[in-house]
Amino acid sequence: MLKFTEEHEWLKIEGDVATVGITEHAAGQLGDLVFVELPEAGASFAKGDSAATVESVKAASDVYCPLDGEIIEVNQAIVDDPSLVNSDPQGAAWFFKLKLADPSAANALLDEAAYKELVA
Amino acid sequence: MSAFDAGSVSRREMRQTWRPDLEEISHLKHTPLHALHLSLGARMVPFAGYDMPVQYLEGVLKEHLHTRAAAGLFDVSHMGQIIVRPKSGRIEDAALALEKLVPVDVLGLAEGRQRYGLFTNNEGGILDDLMITNRGDHLFLIVNAACKDADFDHLKKGLGDTCDVTMLDDRALVALQGPRAEAVLCELWADVAAMRFMDVAEADLHDVACIISRSGYTGEDGFEISIPVDSAVDVTQRLLEHPDVMPIGLGARDSLRLEAGLCLYGNDIDTGTTPVEAALEWAIQKSRRAGGDRAGGFPGAERILAEFANGAKRRRVGLKPEGRAPVRGGAKVFADAEGNMTVGTVTSGGFGPSVDGPIAMGYVDAAHAGNGTKLFAEVRGKYLPLAVAALPFVKQTYKR
Repeated sequence: MLKFTEEHEWLKIEGDVATVGITEHAAGQLGDLVFVELPEAGASFAKGDSAATVESVKAASDVYCPLDGEIIEVNQAIVDDPSLVNSDPQGAAWFFKLKLADPSAANALLDEAAYKELVA
Repeated sequence: MSAFDAGSVSRREMRQTWRPDLEEISHLKHTPLHALHLSLGARMVPFAGYDMPVQYLEGVLKEHLHTRAAAGLFDVSHMGQIIVRPKSGRIEDAALALEKLVPVDVLGLAEGRQRYGLFTNNEGGILDDLMITNRGDHLFLIVNAACKDADFDHLKKGLGDTCDVTMLDDRALVALQGPRAEAVLCELWADVAAMRFMDVAEADLHDVACIISRSGYTGEDGFEISIPVDSAVDVTQRLLEHPDVMPIGLGARDSLRLEAGLCLYGNDIDTGTTPVEAALEWAIQKSRRAGGDRAGGFPGAERILAEFANGAKRRRVGLKPEGRAPVRGGAKVFADAEGNMTVGTVTSGGFGPSVDGPIAMGYVDAAHAGNGTKLFAEVRGKYLPLAVAALPFVKQTYKR
């Protein structure tokens, strides 16, 4: 199941685990990224908390935790090479895997069609 | 100049930035090149009351690197172009009148030469920074967009009895910067090769009477070209047609000037900073310092000359973060890794594409301002190590 937030995160949900990243639209708007800071595995976040930071040449931006949950894995590849977020934001450049506190809460997020309309 | 928005932007706020308030946009002024920016696919942002390109399709990183590798073209038409013409007809009278407002040797500025300057206030603070040119029968000033109306009033009040002060609203201003700038401009005007850094000349570019200075805001060799409004798009398009030239937005303009160690008015200097604190002593020539022919005689001279003699309590320095994380303007600087002893503040910071790492500048207490001093900056609750570093971060390539 693929879901989106109004803050331009995507979630690929398998069971009670969501793989989270930022959308192609967000990556394009942010421009070339030069720094990514990810949370520690094991950290818990509430929906809307700042879970990661991305920085372009000109600005820092927060990446929000899209749902309540615990970080179970982070993608070191985008820390080592932030430009991966620009080249493959909705694939290889995922940010973290989140064990959802309440998987059913994902139903309230946007589906792909609704997100596309949002950024159209 | 109000600060270019280089601070932390939440993605929620960013959503609003993507669809800016139409009410606000309708109040923004346009430069003569506004339509050209839109046709080039620029992303526009409000800056100093103008709707300005922050980046074009290539983006900030590539625009920055292209400027250092070839040539970048910047629209700086939002800046103020002011003429100060002596009523007596003697340029010396205009120079001496302007010296009452700036701690600069204007009288010694030769015809066809340009010099950096500062308007100071009675407390020794900086009202604006500017470029001053001796054009033979008048002085030609370039001032920051956000300060230009206040500067104009300040000039009228300060030297209106001896000079006619005119704000030019019929000229655009573009900057062509980078190692290929000379070769590009040579194709329009061959004599440009004879110019040295800070020379100013009149030239016809395709029969358009332009004023060209060999100066800029990137640390690169380059030129600033004042063009009559009616021909601004034409001349700019001819420059952009050259394969070495790329249009450059405010985003890369900011990262280029930061690497070059140059101050942004409103960020790194303002009415709360003095020239000595700002490490701009070089902008105050010997003739205006204690013991000089025309020592003092500018606003705030008492404090500024005292700081020359005794040093200032704090100083603007380069700051080089040790890690990869950018340290942005506004970050507090500490002497210790626990954040107990505050010694300063970052005023500009970001990522330097040519340095390939984070860079910053800011003010630190004099005791901690020595090159190599290890300090810590607070970023998102952490204390990141950084070192006081010599400015500029990149080698300047001015043709002296």
